[in-house]
Amino acid sequence: MRYLPLTPNDRASMLATIGAASAEDFYTDVPEAGRLKAKIAGLPDHQGELAVERHMTKLAAKNRAASAGPFFVGAGAYQHHVPASVDMIIQRSEFLTTYTPYQPEIAQGTLQTMFEFQTQVAALTAMDVANASMYDGSTACAEAALMAARVTKRKKVILSGGLHPHYAAATRLLCEAQGLTVVHLPISIDGEGALAGAADGETACVIGQSPNVFGTVTDLSGVANAAHEKGALLVSVFTEVVSLGLVTPPGEMGADIAAGEGQSIGNGLNFGGPYVGLFACKDKLVRQMPGRLCGETVDADGHRGFVLTLSTREQHIRRDKATSNICTNSGLCALAFTAHMTLLGGKGLKQLAELNHEAACELADALGGVKGVEILTPRFFNEFAFRTPVDAEAVLAMLDEAGVVGGVRASRLFPDGHMGDVIIAAATECTTADDIAAYVAALKEIV
Amino acid sequence: MTMNTQGRPTAPASVSISAIDTVSGSRGLLQHEDLLFEIGTPETTGVDLPKPKGVKSRLGGVVRKAETGLAGLSEPQAVRHYIRLSQKNYAIDLGLFPLGSCTMKHNPRLNEKMARLPGFADIHPLQPQATVQGALELIDELATWLKTLTGMPFVAMSPKAGAHGELCGMLAIRQALIARGEGGTRKRVLVPESAHGTNPATAVQCGFIVDEIKANARGRVDMDDLKSKLVRSDDIAGIMLTNPNTCGLFETDIKAIADLIHAAGGYFYCDGANFNAIVGRVRPGDLGVDAMHINLHKTFSTPHGGGGPGSGPTVLSEALAPYAPVPFVIRDEDGFYRLVEQTEGAAKDSFGRMVAFHGQMGMFVRALTYMLSHGADGLKQVAEDAVLNANYVQARLKHVMTPAFEGFCMHEALFSDAFTADGIETIDIAKALIDEGYHPMTMYFPLVVHGAMLIEPTETESKAELDRFCDALESIARRAAQGDETLKGAPYLAPAKRLDETRAARKPVLKWTAPDTARVAAE
Repeated sequence: MRYLPLTPNDRASMLATIGAASAEDFYTDVPEAGRLKAKIAGLPDHQGELAVERHMTKLAAKNRAASAGPFFVGAGAYQHHVPASVDMIIQRSEFLTTYTPYQPEIAQGTLQTMFEFQTQVAALTAMDVANASMYDGSTACAEAALMAARVTKRKKVILSGGLHPHYAAATRLLCEAQGLTVVHLPISIDGEGALAGAADGETACVIGQSPNVFGTVTDLSGVANAAHEKGALLVSVFTEVVSLGLVTPPGEMGADIAAGEGQSIGNGLNFGGPYVGLFACKDKLVRQMPGRLCGETVDADGHRGFVLTLSTREQHIRRDKATSNICTNSGLCALAFTAHMTLLGGKGLKQLAELNHEAACELADALGGVKGVEILTPRFFNEFAFRTPVDAEAVLAMLDEAGVVGGVRASRLFPDGHMGDVIIAAATECTTADDIAAYVAALKEIV
Repeated sequence: MTMNTQGRPTAPASVSISAIDTVSGSRGLLQHEDLLFEIGTPETTGVDLPKPKGVKSRLGGVVRKAETGLAGLSEPQAVRHYIRLSQKNYAIDLGLFPLGSCTMKHNPRLNEKMARLPGFADIHPLQPQATVQGALELIDELATWLKTLTGMPFVAMSPKAGAHGELCGMLAIRQALIARGEGGTRKRVLVPESAHGTNPATAVQCGFIVDEIKANARGRVDMDDLKSKLVRSDDIAGIMLTNPNTCGLFETDIKAIADLIHAAGGYFYCDGANFNAIVGRVRPGDLGVDAMHINLHKTFSTPHGGGGPGSGPTVLSEALAPYAPVPFVIRDEDGFYRLVEQTEGAAKDSFGRMVAFHGQMGMFVRALTYMLSHGADGLKQVAEDAVLNANYVQARLKHVMTPAFEGFCMHEALFSDAFTADGIETIDIAKALIDEGYHPMTMYFPLVVHGAMLIEPTETESKAELDRFCDALESIARRAAQGDETLKGAPYLAPAKRLDETRAARKPVLKWTAPDTARVAAE
């Protein structure tokens, strides 16, 4: 077997050194009832590379790749172009096949990139400090709610009606498990502002999203002020990190915690994972933060170096008193993020954001021109909701037949939201004029 | 002969390393590398994007005020930056990585190639399901492997990492207790003191209270202590037990433990971090387990990437399966693979949703590739070779180091620091291994063994590699026993010397800030 270096001779000589008759001797602690005599039934035997590759390629061929044609699906994950060098960098063995940097003397590569990642995320979100990543945006959002409860010692969490419903669900789950109360404001395309009136003296945090799940961008400054007056925190969420090149970032709106999805920079769609959760906060809250942090220090020779720090927040030291149970996070996805962000630079990101916005504006103008279509999102970055004159599921199925993946039906995200005729569509730098023309042409045939 | 005609010396002169200082800060192949913010500028870019057309903004004035100011690099600069940094890292592709309980085995490159097929890497989680039938079939196929290998009836695929899988299992237990009307009363979770820190942290995150149980002199759960904790049983939610445990030992009384917990009305959560020791040989489902997460990077070779991504599918018993999180995949009678995304119908009792989408698809592809490559026959061999290699290391070193417990081990060999001379500590041995070209073993864990050194070689090491490693560690152990003070300064030959962690934590510097130009000019 190609991944197992021991030969039968090796095994025999090692058993002799150990003083064991066979490998069976090592399993005598296993109760008789649990010991399998033969190999497990019902699974195939080992196969060579070629056979495995054939099997996997066949499965892959049954899926329609985003790049195969006009594609407008967003709502939490976005099609973007990732430079070739990013994948080369993350496939570098020393990054790909190393562990969490527990031994900093031989992990300065990972640690320095973590430090650079934290610096980039802090700058993008306009927050004081960022951690070294979470699993994804939804879990970052949930952890932000828990952190706010720790900071304020309060038990009520208020979610906006425009928060991505999966983020809301993940947040509700963890909060309720800890005995917190979750209030979810009514679904609303342009309702982030309603958070301002929702906070009261028992509120730990209000959670708003901009751009929200319908694409609406909102200045949450008023919400922040209202929350702060009541002693509550503002958690500002985003699912499209490219927007931060152009749209008001959490820090400029007075957010106490920023939580979002970083997939759009450096990471492919991957059917939903692995992605990279971004998490940033104000300086004074750092000791209540979940997740790993990398900090600057010096080595015994006085040279600058980096280490994992403030570990007394974490589960491997604090156990049942840790700020979170998170251990492994999204290291390699964070590296992909930081490498792509490095290639972009501040100027490149801004330009990328402009291109995304323009593509969405052109798409909105084109779709808005189709009879019976109504654009519902008042202010948007690269994504918006629109109403079709017929059932959205039927529209999307017919678009699909025309080779256009037209977006996400809102009813898939909000089954009880009475949104059967609403589609959420995204455009990015990958969207071409031909893609938009194909969309419009197909839609005209349907409605 | 044209070479060496001008008096060029052909044998090296002897000069000590410390005598050499370089202007660049580099040391030969090991390049000095500043932070990217010190190299690049906000105007530099490594991408060529088309010029925006100047379309009228529809942002409604919700625009960013301050520039990010983030530095960029051109492609050659960026590639060089990251390659130079990469050379400061140790990795499994460079050598043996004996980090016990973390399981660093070889990561097959075929896995990477398959994960990059556009049919897997370039599909959106919210595409119409008819356009992702191959992806759903793959998830279903991987689920079948995991269920068969564990002997469990259901698997939740969405957890994002091992600790997230723990959360999944414990939330399922919580939901089952709520369904029984005992959610408010059954709050106590038993956790052995040798457990990973994630176990108690997870229990608390689910609203439970942790009650520690002791280990016995054989490194297993102390059954008397366990029984004493079960005298009162109406508040017992369950137990979280790692098996094989973090001492590298199989819990001999596991069946009895499961029976006791079940009799007390609780559930048995098994931490499956060390499943690699028993895969293909033992099915946790035969031992009374109710829930167990599987770290795909540990047992099924997905790369750890310097801190993730992980993936933690969690198998559930019949008792817990109804409470599994959404989404999950089911196969309709007509062969169509369908996602159950809402907590209704087939998922009406589900405890809810843990993450935005369907789990770590990229890791699923890699893990299934690995499973197909090994097959049922190969996976059994994987477990046996992993255990054989660990026992070989234990046998080779037990004369110079102190094994924590008697007898054979499973996939990892555990030593205490009893053999070291006064003043020499576990960390000194660990750092000396770096100079010998190895990543250190897990140190000071598990907490039940003084100065613990936990060595896990995995099955992907050859005998020759193991011998080289044992030779090096044996020599260091002898120096430690003799009180060799030079160990305190190790590592000497790494890219960095020992780092000041106290300083880092006292006044945390967690990001780069531009130097105050005025102040710099004045200096």
